[in-house]
Amino acid sequence: MSKGLTPSQTIGPFYVGTLVKAYRQDLAPPNVAGEHVEIVLSLHDADGMVVPDGVFEIWQANSHGRYNHPDDRRNLPLDPGFEGFGRASTWLDGSSQFSTIKPGRVPWPQGGLQAPHINVSIFARGLLNRVATRLYFEGDPANAEDPVLKMIEPARRSTLLAQRDANGTWRLPIHLGGPQETVFFDC
Amino acid sequence: MEKEIYRRPAAGTHPANLSEAYKSTPGRAPRRPAVALPHTLSEITGPLLAEERLDALENDLTRQRMGPPLGERILVHGRVLDEDGKPVPKALVEIWQCNAAGRYHHPGDQHDAPLDPNFYGGGRARADEEGRYHFITIKPGAYPWKNHYNAWRPAHIHFSLFGPSFATRLITQMYFPNDPLLPFDPIYNSVPDGARHRLQAAFDLDSTRPEWALAYRFDIVLRGRNATPME
Repeated sequence: MSKGLTPSQTIGPFYVGTLVKAYRQDLAPPNVAGEHVEIVLSLHDADGMVVPDGVFEIWQANSHGRYNHPDDRRNLPLDPGFEGFGRASTWLDGSSQFSTIKPGRVPWPQGGLQAPHINVSIFARGLLNRVATRLYFEGDPANAEDPVLKMIEPARRSTLLAQRDANGTWRLPIHLGGPQETVFFDC
Repeated sequence: MEKEIYRRPAAGTHPANLSEAYKSTPGRAPRRPAVALPHTLSEITGPLLAEERLDALENDLTRQRMGPPLGERILVHGRVLDEDGKPVPKALVEIWQCNAAGRYHHPGDQHDAPLDPNFYGGGRARADEEGRYHFITIKPGAYPWKNHYNAWRPAHIHFSLFGPSFATRLITQMYFPNDPLLPFDPIYNSVPDGARHRLQAAFDLDSTRPEWALAYRFDIVLRGRNATPME
């Protein structure tokens, strides 16, 4: 029996209550294994203006490269207290901060491993569909062999690479449009 | 090439990112085509929020404050299914909406309509093994939104679903059947013609509770899996 997919609509500007309730910006209590990292995402429109009414969601593997999900059946450790999901709305400056761990590498279906990355969903007024991208870590040696980064024309790869600032925080600006438009994925 | 795990949405399902009649889209809609990713563990896993504990009254938006909110009490229920009609068991369903006067409990909403101290407007439900969920709420009002001259949003309830994977994530809006504002709403009409009606709930007389509340049914269909499972 085939059923028609439910179409997407915008989150709008007034998401309240439930979504706020499930905000999670601190994904990794201190006892969670791996390299603890601070990540700041920021959201910008086609004119370079910040988007103060957006929502970021992140989804990632743990430091062993294991997703906390029944379809990841590999024999790798799960970390108690680490689910791998985060959600935050943007501040007036268009940014959201997450405390998490750097994910391990996960396999590529045709063999080999992907470079460490975090899956990112973006919702906002004016976005009729969820847009999805990935955050990679600038300078990680595995980036050179990552099959997804290799799919992207070199000039645009930097839109996926978070840079580490002087305080050690990883920062990735996400541009919904304009000359620096981020590479988005059809998942 | 390995088979894709989740079917790609059929053309004519989702709105185009750029829908000019909805004036917030030109500045925010990505213009370059999205890059199609093969389905790796990053796409076929996703937050199930299975550990998220829901309070007993989270699915009853009429009993979250000191007293009952003003407005017409309604039941909203349905099933979370995939494209094959299979239930998505234990799905977390999140909703939010404005009050009966058409005002959101949100500092950014400056519409000249009263706030209702007894209505917050957010709710969550956990679907059962058959994907069934239900909410008790009040019928949201229509409200003006300045998109164009005399623009009014039809009454709607926002729905957020994760489904089984990152690929199945969906945020949408439920509308009421035959709302006279629907033909004029750029957000509703951003959905291609053949799929638009799926966003209208059905009036459900059988589920109505006599002397208490009318009922609306809204089934949500998330992406289904291709026939061959990955092993």
